[in-house]
Amino acid sequence: MITLGKDEIAKYPFLADAGQYLKDKGFTLQQFGIDPVLKIPLEKAFDRVQVSADGKIYKSDLIDGEASDIALENEVFSFLLAIVLLKLTGITTLIKRFALAEARRAEKYLEKDLANITDDSKKELAIKIIDDLFSIQVKKQDDFFIIPISNYLEHSINFHEREWKLVNRRVKNGSVFLTPHETVRLIRKELSNYISSKIFNAKMPSMISGFEEPVKKLNSLSKKFVTYTVTNGEYPPCIKHAIEILEKGENLPHSGRFMLATFLLSRNQSIEQIAPLFKNAPDYNERVTLYQLNHLAGTSGSGTQYSCPSCEKLKTQNLCFAIPECNNILNPLQFGKKRK
Amino acid sequence: MQEKEIKFVEEAFKNYYFNHFDLIHVPERTSEREFGFQKFNSGMIRHISLKDDKELHLLLMQNKPSDVYCSNGYYSFPNLQMSEKEWKEADLIFDIDAKDLELSCRQNHCVTKCVECSHISKSSNHCSKCNSTKIEVKSLPCKNCIEESKKEVEKLKNILIEDLGVEKNSIQIYFSGNEGFHVYVYNSQFQELGSRERSELVDYLMFRGTIPETFGMKKLRPSRQLFPEINEEGWRGRFSKEVFGSKSKRSKIISELINEGYSNFQRKLEILSKTVGAQIDPNVTMDIHRIFRLPGSLNSKSGLSKVKCNDLKQFDPYNDSSFLNEETIELIANCPVEFKLKKRKFGPYSNEKITVPTYAAVYMICKKLAVLS
Repeated sequence: MITLGKDEIAKYPFLADAGQYLKDKGFTLQQFGIDPVLKIPLEKAFDRVQVSADGKIYKSDLIDGEASDIALENEVFSFLLAIVLLKLTGITTLIKRFALAEARRAEKYLEKDLANITDDSKKELAIKIIDDLFSIQVKKQDDFFIIPISNYLEHSINFHEREWKLVNRRVKNGSVFLTPHETVRLIRKELSNYISSKIFNAKMPSMISGFEEPVKKLNSLSKKFVTYTVTNGEYPPCIKHAIEILEKGENLPHSGRFMLATFLLSRNQSIEQIAPLFKNAPDYNERVTLYQLNHLAGTSGSGTQYSCPSCEKLKTQNLCFAIPECNNILNPLQFGKKRK
Repeated sequence: MQEKEIKFVEEAFKNYYFNHFDLIHVPERTSEREFGFQKFNSGMIRHISLKDDKELHLLLMQNKPSDVYCSNGYYSFPNLQMSEKEWKEADLIFDIDAKDLELSCRQNHCVTKCVECSHISKSSNHCSKCNSTKIEVKSLPCKNCIEESKKEVEKLKNILIEDLGVEKNSIQIYFSGNEGFHVYVYNSQFQELGSRERSELVDYLMFRGTIPETFGMKKLRPSRQLFPEINEEGWRGRFSKEVFGSKSKRSKIISELINEGYSNFQRKLEILSKTVGAQIDPNVTMDIHRIFRLPGSLNSKSGLSKVKCNDLKQFDPYNDSSFLNEETIELIANCPVEFKLKKRKFGPYSNEKITVPTYAAVYMICKKLAVLS
């Protein structure tokens, strides 16, 4: 367990034991609903959730991580109360957005602590948080932080920006070299998962007097999350290419057949509709094709339904033939879908 | 392959396995591996678990397999079906195949066999007799194929050691038994990585997915200082050695690159991946459940063995991996390409009756270019 100072709890409130913290400070949740002074952190808590719902990061009162004791306490209270509000509202999307925004907020402090050259204890704490929470062993070398390639990959594969690809990184002797900023950016997703799982696993409180109003407001706030999508039905170029190859009677590699079949299955085509596409393949065998399609659809074998590979994977397999309309999609299934 | 030929090849394979038990061993941590095998003209039998060499040798004698495989993965229950195996980790494996290297020699030693009319002709994308596009391409790889594949193995090995920090003695190289090499990396930090992470390693090794910024090029106002130096490590270093050549040319070439602009730079990187990247089969390395040809076993595409290459430079697959016997047999061969085995030249043959040693007969039968007379 990491021991935290006052200002550190304010920077990384998700590391605190919420119930214990309130008890130590001599408060109960009920007091926050009625006491006019304690209403301030409740308002702050609402603010914190609202800002995150808009995809922004809550600006805290901590300046360079330092502030008065009361400001520090309010900072922690508002985080804990935000969790109570989210639990009472019960909307997953709100929780996820909050967790992400809080992760990004903490990221700023972690980065600052990592880069701290005057106070080694701050740097060590940041390194310890990263190691304890996400099992990444960070070492300092000159101006860089180095981490084992395997650790790096486990986190970086969640990023779609090319700059995060290993090939675009400085790599030597089994390690990746990162700046403080990149080091903490690497764990954003995990940090937000960590925060959201803490919220999901927290005990469900019953409604507290004085909390009804903010909960109601958050409920109506989340209505705007609903969007509609339409599909124009056209196939992406990778799928068109695969169909062309098969129509010509040429050999489509196994990975290409997998892509085509899983794509069409996801577009709700039946096995009977898909099977004839493979008829021209040089090694066509009806029995094998039907068996394999059934397997992919999950109607036979282990029952797992296979999904269409991502664009990134298809690129690796030389099956991607991207055109401008492919911009910003991560999976062929998203091709031609527009948000309304 | 017809019944008669299958019987002949099976017998030759069985003889090899019987006489060369010393070459065929189960890998370490045997009981955590999945084994599988194939018989001629038949499907794959897998989810087999074995205890030791003895059990493996028994399997070989009883089943007369055409091909034998062993998983790169380690499981709690290797004999159960995939979803119940409980995957633990997997060795990092690589397949380098001459057919993926786009070599110009290939057209000289590839043979086209039509699936519909069985006509055999020299390399083409359709049958020269009936025009069908349903064809099988059989390659009889030449010395150049092997030398070029060796270069790729060396390239791969260097990046593995220098960049990925793999210990030299945890790398093992095998001739695949047909057209290329298999490389294994044991006990590395990558053992527990999943398929997606391994695909990132693949892109690294193949120099794919690079962006110009990594090498100092920017869309707006590129700065000369950001371009790599000749003596840098990793890909920036390899890039500068390849593109600049020497320190004295660096400045001039940077000016040219900046003048040519960002998208030309991007294109250049893509072309470079073919020359500086290691040409490996991405699907093999990404696969953490693969059953990969067992070292020491025979390859049914050629009748040659998958043997370990202790001295890659000196290794000659057509001598060092041909272990079938010398006993002669009569064949009708239709093999338009000359080949060399055990320092002896064979072919070309044009639908003629010949008498050759078993190892050469099996080679042609496996390539579907000969039948027993």
